[in-house]
Amino acid sequence: MLEISGLRAGYGAVEILRGVDLRVDAGEIVALLGSNGVGKSTLNNNVSGLYVPFAGRIVFQGRDISGATPRSIVESGLIQVPEGRRVFPNLSVRENLELGSYRRGRARRAANLARVTDIFPRLKERFTQKAGTLSGGEQQMLAIGRAMMAEPTLLILDEPSLGLSPLLVETMFALIQKLNVDGLAILLVEQNVVQSLAIAHRAYVLENGVVAMSGPAQDLAADPGLRRSYLGL
Amino acid sequence: MSADIVFAGVVNGLMAGGVYVLVAVGLTLIYGVLHIINFAHGSLLMLAMYAVYFLFRKPLGLDPYAALPLVTAGAFAFAYLLYRGVIGRFAHGKDENILLITLGLSIVADNAALFFFTGDTQTIDVSYAGRFLQLGPALIPLPKLVSFLASLLICALLGLWMAFTDTGKAIRAVAKERQGARLVGIDVENIFAIAYGIGIACLGAAACLLMPFFYVSPSSGHAFVLIAFTTVVLGGMGSFAGALIGGLLIGIVESLGGLRFGEQLGQIAIPLVFILVLLLRPTGLFGGR
Ligand SMILES: Nc1ncnc2c1ncn2[C@@H]1O[C@H](COP(=O)(O)OP(=O)(O)OP(=O)(O)O)[C@@H](O)[C@H]1O
Ligand SMILES: [Mg+2]
Repeated sequence: MLEISGLRAGYGAVEILRGVDLRVDAGEIVALLGSNGVGKSTLNNNVSGLYVPFAGRIVFQGRDISGATPRSIVESGLIQVPEGRRVFPNLSVRENLELGSYRRGRARRAANLARVTDIFPRLKERFTQKAGTLSGGEQQMLAIGRAMMAEPTLLILDEPSLGLSPLLVETMFALIQKLNVDGLAILLVEQNVVQSLAIAHRAYVLENGVVAMSGPAQDLAADPGLRRSYLGL
Repeated sequence: MSADIVFAGVVNGLMAGGVYVLVAVGLTLIYGVLHIINFAHGSLLMLAMYAVYFLFRKPLGLDPYAALPLVTAGAFAFAYLLYRGVIGRFAHGKDENILLITLGLSIVADNAALFFFTGDTQTIDVSYAGRFLQLGPALIPLPKLVSFLASLLICALLGLWMAFTDTGKAIRAVAKERQGARLVGIDVENIFAIAYGIGIACLGAAACLLMPFFYVSPSSGHAFVLIAFTTVVLGGMGSFAGALIGGLLIGIVESLGGLRFGEQLGQIAIPLVFILVLLLRPTGLFGGR
């Protein structure tokens, strides 16, 4: 579904990713792990078209999307929930969700609105409230709800549990798993390594701009090197 | 001053304030979305006024009110293309560049107008220019009443459009969260151009409403820009409601200032308000942050 090969990317003259290969197949949850500042968000944002890669190919559903506009990437069903949520603070919850279907899924907006508020009843209660006044957890729900409005075929989640209480983190992971069971492919970037590996099918570990480790999630969860560097065990 | 005179002054100020609202709404919309002061605002208003003037003249003889849809749409198209072709292209994503480009455009437009249209002031003669409406002690010139009502109507329609259409929501979204907007597939550069186009379309409408009772010369945009800046600062940068209340207040202040100190000296009231707002409430009446 998504196939990244030899991706080089960065900012200006600084190269952050130095040839990354990564694949997400239909129906999979793939976890992308790595320490702070290693370039996970950089990878997401190049895939989403916010930045133009230096080199390499990003193929989504058979089409090379490296260097394509975010607009056409959204159109094709690859939707990102970015780090830091990036909801529209001056718009109501309802308007945020509506804009989720600005480019894609507009015809079924009403039905999707009902579906998203079914998943997040909390958002329904806050429908007319400005998104900027929501709590951090509510904003995260809104960001995911907004992405769902576009009927994604592949969802990129960049640290969806950031800033959530432990209880909400549990709920978030359960939700991610449920979305996946319903057929959605997910690329998951997370700091909660144990929980991500528990729900992921496969995982990649980024180090120094390249994939240092990859494989089935259980294998990585059992890997002594990974346990040492990320879990302090 | 007697109560009657003050009442008449307030009413006439309100009438004048309608167009100020329209000009300021354009300025504040562009500021809210692009985060820049459009220094070309006055010059583009002046060009639109010349357009109304030439449409009214001999071969065409188009009444300014009849020309309003045409001039408004033309102003939108002109500004949209200006943004796409010049401002956006040379800005390289830096807001401060846009500032300089609009300043440069204004200088070019002013001097081109001086060259092609001469420095003479031009007016148009419409049959309804001399008609008045009696409201208690106030005598309201008909074109001013029309400009007041039409300005508020246009602002109301624009407000509804911004609130309920997807493009309107996208404009508001881009104003505060560009990256988030890109991630829902909004073409941000296109929204910039549309916002700039709408801001200038307001000037097109304002030009049609002004010309029946105002003159045009290459420098006639400047008077309105000072008023519009003051309005936007008074109302709060980027605030729609602020532009509305601010524009009407400025109209009243100008009118009463003129009554108290005479036409010429009364003009000082506006820069005075400008300075007072900056001193006492720099965020303006409706400004947040
Ligand atoms: N817009 C930018 N301009 C310049 N450098 C940037 C920019 N965004 C990120 N970087 C740099 O690129 C590197 C990778 O950043 P990135 O956000 O991709 O890391 P990350 O793996 O997502 O980290 P985290 O886990 O903290 O979110 C960092 O060193 C960061 O400082
Ligand atoms: Mg990150």
